Amino acid sequence: MYTAILLLPLLGALIAGFTHRWIGEQAAMVITTGLLFVCALFSWIVHLSLDPLDPDRIVLMSWIVSGELQADWAIRVDRLTTIMLVVVTSVSALVHLYSIGYMEEDTAKPRFFAYLSFFTFAMLALVTGDTLLQIFFGWEGVGVASYLLIGFWFKKSSANAAAMKAFIVNRVGDFGFLLGMFLLFGLAGSIQLDDVFAAAPDLAAQSYSFLGIEANAVELACVLLFIGAMGKSAQLFLHTWLPDAMEGPTPVSALIHAATMVTAGVFLVCRMSPVFEYAPMALTLVMVVGASTALFAGSVGLVQQDIKRVIAYSTCSQLGYMFAAAGAGAYEAAMFHLYTHAFFKALLFLGAGSVIHGMHHEQNMFKMGGLAKKLPLTHMGMLLGTLAITGVGIPFLYILHTPIGFAGFVSKENVIWTTYLRGGEAGIYAYMLLSLAAIFTAFYSWRLMYLTFYGETRADHHTYDHAHESPWTMTAPLVILSAGAVLAGMEFYPDFIGHHENEWWGPALLNLPRGETLSIIDAAKHIPPLAQFFPFACMLLGAFMAWVFYWRYPHLPAAMAERHEFLYKFLLNKWYFDELYQFIFVRPAMWMGRMLWKLGDGATIDGIINGLSMGLVPRLTRFAGRVQSGYLFHYAFVMLIGIAGLITWFSVAGGH
Amino acid sequence: MADSNLLTLVTFFPLIAALVLVVFLRGEDEAANLNAKRLALLATSATFLLSIPLLTGFDPGDPGFQFVEQGAWIGGLEYRMGVDGISLPFVLLTTFFFPLTIYASWGVTHRVKEYMAAFMVLETLILGVFTSLDMILFYLFFEGGLIPMFLIIGIWGGKERIYAAFKFFLYTLLGSLLMLVAMVYMYYDAGTTDMAQLLRHSFSAEPMEMLGYTIPGGVQTLLWLAFFASFAVKMPMWPVHTWLPDAHVQAPTAGSVILAAILLKMGGYGFLRFSLPMFPVASEIMVGFVFFVSVVAIIYTSLVALTQEDIKKLIAYSSVAHMGFVTLGIFAANQQGVDGAMFQMISHGFISGALFLCVGVVYDRMHTREIAAYGGLANRMPIYATVMMLFTMANVGLPGTSGFVGEFLTMMGAFQVSSLAVFGAATGVILSAAYALWLYRRVVFGDLIKQSLAAIKDMNARETVVIAPLVVATILFGVYPSLALDLFAVSVEALVDGVETAREAALADGLLQLAAEMATEGN
Repeated sequence: MYTAILLLPLLGALIAGFTHRWIGEQAAMVITTGLLFVCALFSWIVHLSLDPLDPDRIVLMSWIVSGELQADWAIRVDRLTTIMLVVVTSVSALVHLYSIGYMEEDTAKPRFFAYLSFFTFAMLALVTGDTLLQIFFGWEGVGVASYLLIGFWFKKSSANAAAMKAFIVNRVGDFGFLLGMFLLFGLAGSIQLDDVFAAAPDLAAQSYSFLGIEANAVELACVLLFIGAMGKSAQLFLHTWLPDAMEGPTPVSALIHAATMVTAGVFLVCRMSPVFEYAPMALTLVMVVGASTALFAGSVGLVQQDIKRVIAYSTCSQLGYMFAAAGAGAYEAAMFHLYTHAFFKALLFLGAGSVIHGMHHEQNMFKMGGLAKKLPLTHMGMLLGTLAITGVGIPFLYILHTPIGFAGFVSKENVIWTTYLRGGEAGIYAYMLLSLAAIFTAFYSWRLMYLTFYGETRADHHTYDHAHESPWTMTAPLVILSAGAVLAGMEFYPDFIGHHENEWWGPALLNLPRGETLSIIDAAKHIPPLAQFFPFACMLLGAFMAWVFYWRYPHLPAAMAERHEFLYKFLLNKWYFDELYQFIFVRPAMWMGRMLWKLGDGATIDGIINGLSMGLVPRLTRFAGRVQSGYLFHYAFVMLIGIAGLITWFSVAGGH
Repeated sequence: MADSNLLTLVTFFPLIAALVLVVFLRGEDEAANLNAKRLALLATSATFLLSIPLLTGFDPGDPGFQFVEQGAWIGGLEYRMGVDGISLPFVLLTTFFFPLTIYASWGVTHRVKEYMAAFMVLETLILGVFTSLDMILFYLFFEGGLIPMFLIIGIWGGKERIYAAFKFFLYTLLGSLLMLVAMVYMYYDAGTTDMAQLLRHSFSAEPMEMLGYTIPGGVQTLLWLAFFASFAVKMPMWPVHTWLPDAHVQAPTAGSVILAAILLKMGGYGFLRFSLPMFPVASEIMVGFVFFVSVVAIIYTSLVALTQEDIKKLIAYSSVAHMGFVTLGIFAANQQGVDGAMFQMISHGFISGALFLCVGVVYDRMHTREIAAYGGLANRMPIYATVMMLFTMANVGLPGTSGFVGEFLTMMGAFQVSSLAVFGAATGVILSAAYALWLYRRVVFGDLIKQSLAAIKDMNARETVVIAPLVVATILFGVYPSLALDLFAVSVEALVDGVETAREAALADGLLQLAAEMATEGN
């Protein structure tokens, strides 16, 4: 069944990609979507019937075998795998269905569906990987799928640029991933996960000299792997591609750039928890980078005008939350937030897509407003999604050991608490930043709602009148995901981070005891009540400010932007990261390339070698200038004579 | 197997066909040209079929030479042929590629008969390089191969073909002269030109004095350097790579394909056949140098590729960068490194060959290789866009394509020797993505706005047939690389073990100390 889950999407991609001329567009769409629903069904079955205490591996066939290096195509079966299977196939199936409606007018539908299914296959290969190599295969595979889908509308120059940027920035991360993999192989002699995990405690005592720096071997490997994770999950410094990726069709944004691919980095850190646990410094780095990203991306999200970009920065920010939890050692909390986030973020994106669809490809929120009446179902979904992402719930109330609230509330509160529990300067830093980011989250989420759905419309008359609710293929996924955004937190809390936690996870994650008697998750529930309540209060503050700014006194934002122009520009231009990178990486690389070509290859190397060789035979230069091709045979003949002479010489000299 | 003449047959079959073509085929008209093409296609295809028993009859578990043939030759020289796991893949790669390139050249109109003959002669000479087991024989094939390639570039090339042909010729010939001198010395030292015996012979690695300098590794180092001069140019390695872009740009499509897919591999094969196993101590001494040059090559040529305006030049520079991984792997001298280098060479054959074919497709239509002349091809050429995307991704080393396996293994092998070198080489992973995707974006993506391209046609049946086997190979070897790895793993293991043993002995004799001391002083 696992094999079927893995391979069915590939089958779908091949069918849609190569046979659509014979079977037709409609059939291609129905087949890929149908296969994905089968996959999703299978995934839920294996997820619910998994015996987590008895992890397994299914070997499909061998892949790269060279000396000690043995890497198979294999499926790793444990709780972490099944969670990801469920997330990936469920969201993917819904996005496939949604795309039937969304891409209705497109002329290249089979290609779109082939890419979507191919992406799903690569993502499944990633999450089922039993060796670092297979994870890397999926890692790069989703990168390509993302590249193809961002650039799906290949006539648009901006889409092509965004696609390229996504791939190349991701490659910077992959660079780290690769080096981390090489290092682990060099140290552990294997890249099979179990072998690496088994070797981790010993390696923690070793040091390794890398680029002249003596470092702890495990710390180093973890930092390198985390660089890979930063690229894929768009963390600070490697985040620049994600907002641009919104050039792709909206279902793509929902599937790849919100629910699944971008969470691969978080997954990787959790998957490698048996190694990360021995690298406290690397974990601290993960936490600090995660928290910083959460705040940074949230701050940029405050001022964006494009509805998709707001959600993109929001994704970036939420991924920061997940990393912060993982860095605090609370992998369960990170995975739980990943899980709930998949529901409500896919919901928000698909909702935004429905708005864009209804508004005939208008994405600027300042040209919307008052759409709640026009798109009632979409509005309902977006509202629930907003309640979920901002984390609305009832603090301190537990019924049947379960907190009461929307999905984001149940998962996010715990994330923030664990950083507080982790303590130290880094922990407090993370706690404060994440709380601040909660203000931002609430602010930009409600800002989005006010600008899009409420108040007087700012859309032009024609567009507004023709705004329409989307077809059922698009609204059905919204309804299903809405249910997830409301219930997923409460429903799955006991399993992920509640009282079932230990049996439910089995050995999929490792938490080393750090002197506490309670697990980190349980201990986080016992931090001081004020510390528990503070993030929630931040959320309320953010929501209140959004209400003031965009409902009560709608002229305030413009006045603020004018008064603090520098700050506004700084945020609007995303802290000028793109300009900075252009200046310190892209232009110098091009400049170096030209210099090396003209001066290195041209003047120096050719100059010296041509000068020497042709200078030694001055006549040759003159010949070379005028010979016609007919003369070439003469030269060839001379060479032949030379070779004949050589043979003669050897025969004489070497004769016995 | 000793009495089988299969290798000789495979090697010389194209030559005989070329003779038949030159001697018996008369006339310059259409019909004669078509006959020439047909004969060449038939002969090269037959060669490929003849080479298949080499694969089926080969025992990959035996690290020694197989299908060995031996006999007296002129003037007391010996004729020796044979293949092992290291040479056989190249033999097959060669026989596999020639029919494709012949078929890809169907549109040639100028001196068709000579063109076909030149290619078939070239095939024999290349096969000879990989099958000969006698040093002199090897040298003859190795140098002989220059001649037809020189003619192919010089006669059927582009505007600057004469300059490019001479540049190609001079670079590669000058490199080889030093090798010849070294071979003469080896003959006097070992008393034989039999490569199998030379492989067992150990050349002195005692430090020696020369012009007041102490040379660590002594004779071995000098011999190593002489061979290096030749193979490094063929590879080509930085900084003697500059002939390659010119040669590629001027060569006709089929010439570029053979050059990239096979001729470049002769350098890597030479390293594996001579430099590493015969001079293991010198290889150890020089590893720092080779790594340095390789990493510079990867970064340097990738950056240069980024700024190219000619499609072929861009791919040529990317070839140099990819060959940097090969030298990195070879001189890492461990199983993963050498496995990776072998694999990278085979895979690069498929990928670069295919990329040059892709360039040929649009060149035949538009007669320009300038990137700026294209744009938006995806609108009218969906098959082409798909194929080109696959090979672009293979070129950047995407897992699941053959391009990944070689890069991955070479870096993994080299990492165990020098993490610093791999740190540098791995930046190639980023840069290759940048230049390859940017090329793709400028040529294939975008809207089709250029009037000149408005009527461009997608790949025709012949072009599709030529490229299809490469598509299959690239994916098949990427998903199941054992197909190739199993073929040479045992031979590579024997090679690596031999080098290891020689190094340990040298270490025990204190021969490596001097080099180490000099290295520390140098720092």
